[in-house]
Order: sequence, then structure tokens, then C-alpha cells
Amino acid sequence: MATNTSTAGTNPGDGGKPPVKDPPAPLSERLQPWFFVGPSLILLLCVGLYPVLYTAYFSVHSWTMGFGAPTFNGIDNFVAALTSSDFGWSVLRTLILLVITLPIELALGMAIALALDSQHNRVLKRLLQICLVIPIAITPAVIGLLAQLMFNTQFGIINYLLGGIGIGPVDWLGGSVSAFATVVITQIWEWTPFVALVLSASLSTVPTDIEEAVMLETARWWPRFKGVVLPYMWPGITAALVFQTAFTIKAFGMIYSIEKGGPGTSTMFAMLHIERVAFRGFNIGLASAESILMLIMSIVLAQIYIKAFYSDME
Amino acid sequence: MLREYLLRIGHAVTILIILTIILFPMYWMLAGSFKTADQLFKIPPVWLWHPTASGYLDAIASSGIVRALLNSVLVTACAIALGLAVGAPAAYGISRYQFRGRKQVWFWYVTNWMLVPVVVLLPFYLTASKLHLINNPIVLILVFQVFVVPLIVWLLVDQFSSVPIALEEAALLDGLSRFGIFWRIALPLVKPGIAVSAILAGIFAWNNLLYAFVLTPGNASRTAPTIAMAYLGGYSVPWTKVMASSVMISAPVIVGGIIVHKYIARGLTLGAVK
Repeated sequence: MATNTSTAGTNPGDGGKPPVKDPPAPLSERLQPWFFVGPSLILLLCVGLYPVLYTAYFSVHSWTMGFGAPTFNGIDNFVAALTSSDFGWSVLRTLILLVITLPIELALGMAIALALDSQHNRVLKRLLQICLVIPIAITPAVIGLLAQLMFNTQFGIINYLLGGIGIGPVDWLGGSVSAFATVVITQIWEWTPFVALVLSASLSTVPTDIEEAVMLETARWWPRFKGVVLPYMWPGITAALVFQTAFTIKAFGMIYSIEKGGPGTSTMFAMLHIERVAFRGFNIGLASAESILMLIMSIVLAQIYIKAFYSDME
Repeated sequence: MLREYLLRIGHAVTILIILTIILFPMYWMLAGSFKTADQLFKIPPVWLWHPTASGYLDAIASSGIVRALLNSVLVTACAIALGLAVGAPAAYGISRYQFRGRKQVWFWYVTNWMLVPVVVLLPFYLTASKLHLINNPIVLILVFQVFVVPLIVWLLVDQFSSVPIALEEAALLDGLSRFGIFWRIALPLVKPGIAVSAILAGIFAWNNLLYAFVLTPGNASRTAPTIAMAYLGGYSVPWTKVMASSVMISAPVIVGGIIVHKYIARGLTLGAVK
């Protein structure tokens, strides 16, 4: 809604009507929005853009912190990053984590969203809606600590419960595959509720009258879901996917507090790897190049996101 | 009729299973915080016991958790205050003006929300070490703005857009300046929105580990999630203390999350889902 009309043009008489084409507003009028938006932009330029440029600068320099001055070395850091098996593996691990967890989170999230959409058991549904927020809001570092306790091989409650149905003690935190599985399970616990809430919000945009009309034609659930409900849900499903991808790439707290990347490097995901290169190895050049590469991944995602959802925002 | 009844039972059982999966770890943490170490590691687990507060007392007495919680409160409160100070006017500007560059401004907020944290972290670390500001909470408060501002702006744009414009036009006729309208008319009308955005941004500021871990690692300045990591350093982990601390660290954000549960999905997607 445009209210960028000059004070003089707003007569008592034309209250409801859209303003007639105004003459070009004076400069002070045109600067007004920037007066409101400006401070946040300046702050974000300082804490958001400036650091990114600074990282870009270091990404083309060779510098180990504490030793001499940065020297320009062109694309050497990027070549080193892209040919480094440590970085490559950490990115690959992140991608594997995405490929495993996303479909599961999406399927479980859809099931929860459908359960929330049902007409039955209002009180239970309400309770679930509220409780879904807990795994999202709880401190990720605490989730990791709790996972360490619960997945403990000898004393953990999970192995005790699995023993009850005849599954032998699993060395959850000790083996490389099982540690990865522990991260996968914990990640799914932490983020499925988010996907469920997004899908549930998206499910509520399906017009009920259309759904009811189709219900008269076919009583079977699947064709109704596929033909009527799903088309309305694609934006929600895409949003869940894009954001969940970004959150998984950015994840640090939970993964770090479970295993600190170990055993070996089996849960060393991209963020943990870069943190290690930068703040244990102090190889600022390499860490910067790796950060920039991850940033490019996230910009591609943001682009997809804007194209998909904000194209209709005038 | 029977079919309907069975559907209802099935639905209830499904929801109860999901609730159990979500809540059992929470119960286990809370229960563990009131057990002794022996009880915590008993197999089969003890389901009935005399609760003891020794985990809490140990944690408070010996590990600096109180200091860390206070640091977290300070950093989170300041991050929210700064975020609101710049974010509320920005949201008002975006919701009330059509101006050239509006779309780009919005794009910039979303970009910051999606930003990979390590890209921001390195320069912050280098600049802070050069200026001897490592362990200074101000650095943390500033770096948190990367995600605090976009969250607050998004939520308040939504809120300001629902304030009727007629009200503001009347005030404009009465000679109130644009800033006066924002401050005296629009802002008081979106108080609930301000509370929601503050809580939502606060949850993320409170929970952050990576920035705090690198920028404020000192014993006196570390925040609550960082101190949780510090327990893992030694040879034997003091699990009852860890569980008691975990409860103290996560209780505020769980309560906050429950208060704003309606806004979580839309907030985290900056409004991409309706």
C-alpha cells in the first residue's frame, strides 16, 4: 500500500481514494524510507557485507595467523581447497547427510502435518502443535550432550530399549558408520518438527471447499491427495527443502557437541572442518577460500529461494 | 461407525507415539538432572527414585554456570535491543513506503539470514583479536545481528502491514511527522509483534554455539552453550552436573519457543510459508 503522498496532497475529501498521479516528490520525501531502513542496512553492511569482503580478500592470500603478513597467491587457496581430500570429504559428508535426512524429514513431516490436519482428537493435536516447537527451540549443544548420554553403548537408554526387542548393543558413538548414523538420527529428531510445521502451514492453504467437492467424486484418499492437496503444497514443500538444506549446511552446535567430528573424521562436516582449519590450524587463507566456496553454495540456494517465493513481492 | 472409531483411535495412537519421541528425551534430561551418578547409569534404568538436587548444587557451586547464564542473558538482551532499534524502523519503512530498491533491501535481509556463519566468523575473529576485543560481549552482540535483524524485520513488516493506514493518515493531518507516527501510533499497536520477534530472535541468539565458541571462549565471558562444551574436556564427564546444566540452559528457550510456537515455521522461513 503506497502512502508516499505529500502532506499537501492528502485532503480530507480524498481519504479513501488512491492518490492521483503525484508530481515527482521532493527529495526529502523520497529520502524518507531510507531514513527508516538506513540504520539496519548500515549495520548489516558492517556485520554482514564487510566480513564477507574481508574473507574474500584473505581467500586470495596466503597467510597463517601469527606468521608474517598475508601475501597474494591468486587462486592457490581455491585449488588447494578443491583438491584437498579433507575439505572434499567434509563437503561430501554434508551432502550425504542432506541426501539421507531430507527425504526422511519430508516424509515424517508430511505424516505429522496430515495428522495435524485431521478432524480427530483436538486436544492431542493442540498438544502436539505446541510440543513440536521443543526440538527446534532447544539449544543444539544440549541436544548433542543429551544424545551422548542416551546413545551411550553400555549405559544408554537407547541400547537398553533396543535390547528389549532383541537388538544387540550398538556401539553408537564408537564406530565411524554408527557415529554418522547417530548424527543422522539426532538431526532428524531436531528438524523433522520444523518441516512438519512448515508443511502443516502449507496444508492449511488448501481450500476446504475444493477438497470437499472432490471428496464427493472419489472416496479414495490417494487420488484426492495427489490431485487436490499436493498442487497447493509445492510451495511449502520447496520452502521446507530449501531452508532445511541451509540449516543442515550451517549446523554446528549439535554435531560438534556429540562427537567433535570424530571418531576419526567420520562426523567432520563442512562447518566443523572449516572451523578446525581456521582456529586450530590458523591457515586463514585456506579457511577463507573454503568459506567462500560454502558461501557460493548458500547464495545459489538463496537465489533459488528468492526466485521461488519472492518473485511476486512488488 | 466402527471405521470412524478405529480411525480416531489410530490417529490418537500416532500422535501419542510422536509426542513420546519428542518428549522422552526431555523427560530423560529432566529426570537425569535429579538423579545421582549411580542412578543415571543404572541398567535397567531406575524409574522411581528419591530426587536429589545435588547435580544442580554441584553445577552452581563449581562450574561457572551461573556466570555463563548471566553472560547469555546479557548478550541475548543486548542483541535483541540492538536488533529492535534498527529493525523496527526498517520494518515500518518497508511496509509503508513503495520505494526504488525496496525489493533489493528485502533480498539483502534474506541473504544475511541464509549466510554461512564461517564466512562472517573469520573476519570478526581477526578484527576482534587485532583490537583486543576477544571475550568482549559487544563483538558477539554485533555478529548476532546477522540473523537477529532479518528475523525481527520480517516479523514486524508482517505486523505493521496489518495496522490500518487510515489511522496514520489522520495523524498526518494532525501535523504529526512521519517519525512521530511511527513512534507514537504504529509502534504501540504492534507491541505483541515486538514481543514475539524479540523472543524468536532471542532463541537463536541464546542457542548460538559457533560464534560464541570462537569469539568469547574465556572463563569469565563464555555463554551458556559454550560452557556445556567445557564439561566434555576432562577424562570423566560429570553427567549429573551436565544434565542439571542442560536443563538450566535449555529451559528459557523451550519456554520462549512454546510462547511463540505459532510463529516458528513462518519465522524460520522469513514468511515463505503462509
